[in-house]
Amino acid sequence: MERSDCAIEVSGLTKRYGALTALDGVSFRVGRGELFGLIGPDGAGKTTLFRLIATLLTPDAGTASVDGFDIGRDARRIRARVGYMPGRFSLYPDLSVGENLDFFASLFGVRIADHSDLIAPIYRQIEPFRRRRAGKLSGGMKQKLALCCALIHRPSVLLLDEPTTGVDAVSRSEFWDMLSELRTKGISMLVSTPYMDEAQRCGRIALCDKGRVLAVDTPAGTAARFDGALYALSGPDMYGLLLAARAAHGVRECYPFGAVHHLIPGRGFSAERFVAELAGKGFRNAELRPAEAGIEDVFIRLMRHE
Amino acid sequence: MNDPILSVRELSKKFGGFTAVDRISFDVARGEIFGFLGANGAGKTTAMRMLCGLSYPTSGSGTVAGCDVMRESERIKRRIGYMSQRFSLYDDLTVLENIRLYGGIYGLSRRRILRRAVEILRRLDFRSESRTLVGALPLGWKQKLAFSVATLHRPELVFLDEPTGGVDPITRRQFWELIYEAAAGGTTVFVTTHYMDEAEYCSRVSVMVDGRIRALGTPAALKKQYAVATMDEVFRTLARGAKRSE
Repeated sequence: MERSDCAIEVSGLTKRYGALTALDGVSFRVGRGELFGLIGPDGAGKTTLFRLIATLLTPDAGTASVDGFDIGRDARRIRARVGYMPGRFSLYPDLSVGENLDFFASLFGVRIADHSDLIAPIYRQIEPFRRRRAGKLSGGMKQKLALCCALIHRPSVLLLDEPTTGVDAVSRSEFWDMLSELRTKGISMLVSTPYMDEAQRCGRIALCDKGRVLAVDTPAGTAARFDGALYALSGPDMYGLLLAARAAHGVRECYPFGAVHHLIPGRGFSAERFVAELAGKGFRNAELRPAEAGIEDVFIRLMRHE
Repeated sequence: MNDPILSVRELSKKFGGFTAVDRISFDVARGEIFGFLGANGAGKTTAMRMLCGLSYPTSGSGTVAGCDVMRESERIKRRIGYMSQRFSLYDDLTVLENIRLYGGIYGLSRRRILRRAVEILRRLDFRSESRTLVGALPLGWKQKLAFSVATLHRPELVFLDEPTGGVDPITRRQFWELIYEAAAGGTTVFVTTHYMDEAEYCSRVSVMVDGRIRALGTPAALKKQYAVATMDEVFRTLARGAKRSE
């Protein structure tokens, strides 16, 4: 990716809070029009990264730029071109839906009508509650209002910090549909999430943990980084099976993975002998078959090797 | 079901003209891991609060851990364990102080608290952290400790409200192993989650939609009933028909 094609460029970014290194030499680039995901648990440094890029914090080391503007020197320019939706609801709870929108529009010196093509599809869903105070909206509605406010000045880059945390699976999926729609309008997006399944909705992802980026790739490319064999194990009494599998010969690792357990073989593992060994321990109907690794398997492996 | 640990019939909760929970009836068997699913606003939290003795049902009947849900809410609170994502432990007390505090609240003897503290610290591999402030622990550690504290008094039934939100994939699995272990030891676990892979770990699952229980069964049976491959699809099929959102 050429520098000039970058919506966001982060290089060696480091931030410390006292003895805690929240962000530890993080580097990646987000292309123009890209939907880029930061995938990682609480404590990965995602929020700190957003606040640095939004020029709300200054780094201890490293640099970052938005559309070529440096976060240290060009903070004002950056603020005019990013839309930032923080993880915690941060609109005015005492203002109505309409008043919040008017307020943000006047801050940026725009009229809502100027960018109605961008906001209209989202605003339509909250319009019936226009006069309701923002603090009285449901979680899903608050989220849509916050997205409208972040878009009001037609930012070129949208920063979304865990927009789907604590939201049910259907609403999460609807929110990602809105982001896909925004992407067709040329807006570059950096989105963080603790849900591994949402990684599939991104063009590229960075797996993050404890202030570091473990890998940057497309979702398919990330999953393909899992080298070596992987099996899916299932049968009656899944917990008993898990303990028995771990104790079996040649098993390096075995962990729950939805309806099955994922088993990583070690040296000297033989599927036939494994099944026979389990049968000998009373697990006669255990089924072992080769499985394809997902992003979560890669994440687990990278975390173990940290 | 023989001797269920939890059994409710036609349980409802109304707030003014709004029926948050609408005549739900179900049983939970002893030793089960029961997954309580639902979209935001389906009425899960309200239902769970009634089952924990934190709120009175408007109508209906039932028992939780042998106590009447309409008349014995104080007794329910003493007989169950409860852990929520938002509040569980005191950040400015150490690991050991939290264990002692909750042991005292649950009315355990000093000796029993000490014995349980040693067990918990050993099981979680926390022995070197016993004097660390809980606020300084990573989220995943806190959640594992919170679970152990919620089961400090070895309740027959423990309620877990979204215990793994925001937790990394390894810790999330370690947490579920604590759940499996507790269930294998006879504790019944009642758990809510937004992670659909976790729904697969449950013995049985119920799905609430618009205040009602729309589906209930083992994950395998539900997937078969809706002719889909994952619990995620079961959930989506049911929740899409929802009329209300919070």
